[in-house]
This record gives sequence, C-alpha cells and structure tokens, in this order.
Amino acid sequence: MKDPFEDPVRFIDERTAAAPLMRKGMRYLFPDHWSFLLGEVALYAFIVLIATGIYLALFFDPSTAKTVYHGAYAPLDGQTMSDAYKSVVNISLSYKAGLLIRQTHHWAADVFVAAMVIHLMRVFFTGAFRKPRELIWIIGLLLLFTSLLEGYLGYSLVDDLLSGIGLQIGYGVGLSIPLVGGNLMMLIFGAPFPGTAQFWSRMYIMHVLVIPLLLATLIGVHLLLIMGRHHTQFRESPRHTERRIIGVPLFPGQTPRSLALMFYVVAILFLLGGLVQINPIWQWGPFEPWLATNGAQPDWYLGWLIGALRLMPSFDVTIGHYTLIPNPFWGGVLFPGIVLGVLVSFPWVERRLTGDHRVHNLADRPRDAPNRTAFGVAFLSFVFAVFAFGAADRIFVLWGLSYNLQLYIFRIGIWVVPPILFLVVRRACRELQATDRIEEMRERAEEEAAEHERALARARPEPTA
Amino acid sequence: MKVWRWLVALLTLLFGRLMRRHAKEAEGERIVPAGTPERRAENVVLLLLALAVLWGAGFIVTYAEWSPAQLPNELLGICLGMSLLCIAGALTVFAKRLVVTEELEDDYPQEHPQEQREILEIVHESGSRMTRKRLLISAGAAAGGTLGVAALTPVLSLGPLLDTGPLDRTPWHYGVRLVDENSAPMLASDIQAAGFYYAFAEGVDPENIASDLVVLRLDPAKLKLPPGRANWAPQGILAYSKICTHAGCAIDLYRNPKFPALEPKPALVCPCHYSTFDPYDGAKVIYGPAGRPLPQLPLMIDSAGYLRAAGNFSGRIGPAWWGVREKPKNE
Repeated sequence: MKDPFEDPVRFIDERTAAAPLMRKGMRYLFPDHWSFLLGEVALYAFIVLIATGIYLALFFDPSTAKTVYHGAYAPLDGQTMSDAYKSVVNISLSYKAGLLIRQTHHWAADVFVAAMVIHLMRVFFTGAFRKPRELIWIIGLLLLFTSLLEGYLGYSLVDDLLSGIGLQIGYGVGLSIPLVGGNLMMLIFGAPFPGTAQFWSRMYIMHVLVIPLLLATLIGVHLLLIMGRHHTQFRESPRHTERRIIGVPLFPGQTPRSLALMFYVVAILFLLGGLVQINPIWQWGPFEPWLATNGAQPDWYLGWLIGALRLMPSFDVTIGHYTLIPNPFWGGVLFPGIVLGVLVSFPWVERRLTGDHRVHNLADRPRDAPNRTAFGVAFLSFVFAVFAFGAADRIFVLWGLSYNLQLYIFRIGIWVVPPILFLVVRRACRELQATDRIEEMRERAEEEAAEHERALARARPEPTA
Repeated sequence: MKVWRWLVALLTLLFGRLMRRHAKEAEGERIVPAGTPERRAENVVLLLLALAVLWGAGFIVTYAEWSPAQLPNELLGICLGMSLLCIAGALTVFAKRLVVTEELEDDYPQEHPQEQREILEIVHESGSRMTRKRLLISAGAAAGGTLGVAALTPVLSLGPLLDTGPLDRTPWHYGVRLVDENSAPMLASDIQAAGFYYAFAEGVDPENIASDLVVLRLDPAKLKLPPGRANWAPQGILAYSKICTHAGCAIDLYRNPKFPALEPKPALVCPCHYSTFDPYDGAKVIYGPAGRPLPQLPLMIDSAGYLRAAGNFSGRIGPAWWGVREKPKNE
C-alpha cells in the first residue's frame, strides 16, 4: 500500500522547499515541566477571544445614537439607550447562544490576563528573563499591558452603567497626565466627556482590529524569539547543562499534549461562559454621564488601578491657584508606569547588581537566587496590596471592616510589609539552600560509606562452605 | 551430560547477544523508537471521541430545539464544554499511552561570531562608493522623518488638540433655568429638605457634563459658604456640579443622617474613589483623594418660583488637568 502522506509531503516540499525546516521543526525540543504550559494557556485563551470576538462583532452596533428599547428584557422596556448597549442586551437575551459566546468572551479575557500574570511570575522567579531572553521578556510585558488596554476598551464599548463609569474614570486619569493631558483627551474624545459620536467608532476599531493585530504580532514575535533561543530548562540531572537541552520533540510527543491543553482551556472557558454568570449588563442599565453607582468594580485586572486611585492621599501639585499635576496621575498613570518600568528594566538592573553577564539556559530554582526571589515577593506584595485595596468597599460590605480603618492599614502596610517580606523570603531561601547542601553532603557521605563497605567485603576472605 | 549443558548455555547466550544486537540495529534505523501497542488505551480514546460526538450533537439539538427566550444558556455551555472536555481527555490518553514519548537532547544555539564579523564587513564594504556618508544619512533621516510627521498630521483632525477651551465651557449663565431628568423646569418649592435632586441646564443635552448638577435643600442657618457666596443659596437651596473633581465620576451618593446626633454630618460622596464633600461648606473636600471642592452654581428663584442660575460655576467642573485654575478670573 502506498504511504498516504507521501504525496502531500512531496507536494509541499516541491512548492515551498520547506522539508528540511519541517523535519527540523518536528524534532524541536520542549523541556518537560508543568510551569512551562502557563504561556500556552494564555495563547489558547487568546484564540478563544478572537473566535468569540468575531462572532460578537457580527451583532454588535458601535454607535451611541439614542434608541428606545423594546425587547426580551421587560424591566428595560421603553428605556432610552444607545444602539451599542441595546445590541449587547440583544446579543445576551435575544439571539440563540449569544449569551454563551459573550460570557465566554468575557471569561476568556479574564483568564487570558490571569494566565499571562502567572506566566510572568514563573519567568521572573526562575530567572528565565536573563540573557539571551531579555527581548522575549520585554515583548511579554508589552503583551500584558496592551492586553489590559484591550480588555478595558472591550468592556467600555458595551455602554452599560458600569462600563461608562470606567470610561469616565479613564477620561479623568487621561486628563491628569502632566502638560499634555487636556490636549490628549480633546484629541482622543474630540470633545469633553463623553466625547463626539466618532469616539465610539474609534474605540471599536481599536478593540476589534488595531490592538488585536498588535497583540497577534507581538505573540508571533514572542514565539519566534523563543524558537530561536529555545526554552530554559531546570537542572534536573547532570545531563541538563547550559549547552545541551533535553526535552520532548514537537512531534509526536508534544503535539497531542499541547492540543489536549488547548481543548481543556477552551472547554473550561465555555463551561464558565455557560454556567457562571459574568457582567449581566442588562441589570446595570444604560450609562449616562450624570449617573454612577456604589459597589462598582472593574474586571479583576484593573483592580490594582482603582486600588491605587483610592489609596492615594489627596495630593495635587499646585502653584497658587493653578493645578499642575492632578491626583489621578499618581495612581492611574505613575503607579502602573513604575511597575512596568521596574519589570522592563529588571534584567539589566539585576545584571548590574550581580555582575552576571553570562548566557543562561538553565532556569534557577527560586531558592537559588535569594535576592531576586525576595525582591519579587516584596514587589508582588506591594502591587497585590494596592490591588486588594481596590476591593476595600466590598470588604467593608462583607465583613464590616471600616473603609477608613482599611485605608490607613493599607497606606502603612504597603510600605511596611514588602521590606519585611523581603527579609523573610531571603532568609527562607538561604535556609532552603543550606538544607539542600546538608542533604547533598549526607548523600555523598552515605555513598562513601557504602563504597567503603563494599571494599571491606571484597578484602575479607570468602567464608568456606 | 555436563558438557552438553554447557554447550546449550553458551549457544543461548551467543544467540541472545546476537539477536539483541540485531534488534538494537533495527531500532537505530528508526527515527522514532517503536513502542508496545495498547489496545485498552485505544478503546478509551475511541470511547471519549464517541462521547464528544454525542455532546456536540447535543449542542446542535439544544440550539435547534428551544426558542431564543427559553434556550438555556447553561445547557449550551455544558454541551459544548463537555464535548471539548471529551476531546481533551482523548488527547491526554493519546499523548500519554499511545504516542511514543521520547526524551531527546540537542544543542542550545550559540553565538555566531563569524557571521557577526561578516555582517559588519558587508555593511562597511557596501558603502565604499559614498564619500559623504554622514550627510547622506542626515538627509535620508530628514526626508523620512518629515514624511513620517506629515503622514501623522491628519491625526489632528480627530479633535482640537491645541484647543482645550471646550473643557472650560459650561452652559450656565445668568438666568438659565434648572430642569429635571424629564426636562421639566424645577420649582424651588419641589426641593425637599432631605432630598437629593438631579438637575440640568434647560435646552442643553444632559450628556454635557458641565450641565449636570446636584440640588439640595439645607438649613440656611447652618450654611458656611465661602465668602462672596452669601446669596447663592436662596432658601438654603444649593446646586453643585455633579461631576467629581477627582476622576470625573458622577456624585451619586448623598449621606443624609437619620439621627444627626450620632451619625456623621451630611455629605456628597463619589462612589468611585469615595471623595467626600461637605455641602454646607461650599463642597469642601472632607475625605478621599479629590483635590478641589465641587464647583458651586449660584442660584436664584424667579417670580414664578422656578430655579435659575445666577451666574456660572465657582470653579472648573470635572477632573483637573495641567494648568487648570481653581478660581474663576472674576473672583
């Protein structure tokens, strides 16, 4: 019988001359560790976002023209609302499977960013960002921050009450950018908030074309650069070295594993979209600039920004009666800017501090880099505390802990807790290293003892039977 | 007998060796090593794929069977999710039991000093005909840069980049009537003491945030308005801009104590970041991140009892930006 793959393979090679590349690519090696799959989870969530997003775009109407709702949801009957909001209410309640797709899209966005953040932590704590992978690290950070903007635009487009509040805060934060804020917001919105009618078209094209294209490009470059440099690997055996990579080939070993992971991710996202309600926008009602509501929370990945805006004391830079730097700048622009700056520059800062300019293909265990691990935990705790304070009003509702008391606990805590954690974690890393050394010594001693025993046995004359 | 046994043992050993070597050679010819067949794992994969078919068909049936109003989103999600899960499970078994798992070694890519040198050589030698390299590069940069800026210039049509004037404009001036959400003019007598009212400028789109007001009626004796605002609150009726001076949310919470002896005093609160303003004291910031008071609109009551503006706001409405002046020029 003729090999059924023979013709296609020859066809492709004759037309593309790609057989050597494919042959090599099939045997591209993936070091085997569960934590290396986190980035893949993000990738698959992104694919779900594209697929569900295209479906939603077939029904969504990016217009703020006013219309009166008469539809499936009785409590909104007769309400004046924008076409945008009406179309999303209809997607949710009037089109078959519309709600499933919309909720899956929303869940996928939340999971996408979460997977990226956890992936980032894995890369940070194992030192996988070091030479020769700094560019991959920076592109990953750009991906993360661009995704935050993409998610923000996505839920702003809906024009329900919560999304409108978020957009209004974004406008306020934009205005606060020193020197150019007012001009920039006039340029983007075309007029004072809520802006001209074209503003919605601008958000829409950014959300469905420009930023997704940018994200897809960055993802492509991220993956290409990884393929060029290979993954890092842990020092699991003496065979794992800086020069030799050990792993499972793309084909056949890795392909079904990756596909399985993809199907798990997609399955969980659709199960979430079907079973766990997220952002029931028909309950929020349409947005008007003079309306707001208590207990409003953004999607989780913007929680650190609302936390920073709330935590920041009332402090504006003023000269006489003139405001130079308004308050939202600190929490809404400077704080995320500093976080991004610290992360982007970290590979170079660490290199400067440790004087380590070598190429690293072996990933560190977190304990083997006590200073980095301690700094990472401290920095993370700082950002996480700010994030947690974003939910302080919810904590008050849930557990009755006074908002004001929380405010002061957090204002002090974010400066006190990270340094303490730094010292504790560094100590813990060093203790763990010491334990490892003792374990190693014990093993070596036991080996020596066994060797000695064997030598003695050999020297002893055989007992005669 | 003994010799015979020895011979058999020797032959077995020899043949065993040879056979094994032969088997090894055969293995060496393969790229992917052979594994043992696993029929049971295959059965599991087939079963899971069959289940995936059933769940997938279930999705189609669910979609077709129900009307849009009755269609259970949960069932759709379960059908699709379970179908996907079955395929994922099949792939997992496939990957673990049916695909040959190899652990291979390869070199990490190294630097290419030779190519690096050659790149530099090519670059430098390619320019050997040019005598004024720096000038050429500058001219090229100027041309490219100018063209780039020119290509970006139409972006300015998006909005008035250099004119922040619209941010300062408000529809309020002497005599503009206050209307409610239904565009009905507001009577001073409609404003109750414990109430919290939305108001807008008559004939103006309420989406213009400079038009949006909160209106309250407080005890005139307790008012401590800043100097110069003595008659801004006829009968104790006050109007403040509804847009928070911090990040621009609507001031939509009114703290109005039921038992003033124990509870904190009345306040206007922004629900976004909890900036809190004292309505008795010119909406001074008493809590939260806002840096400026809410601008106050001077009110008057006309002969028909309607509320009207007696001028423009006391300051800039909405969130501040670089160069915003807190007090209007006439003060």
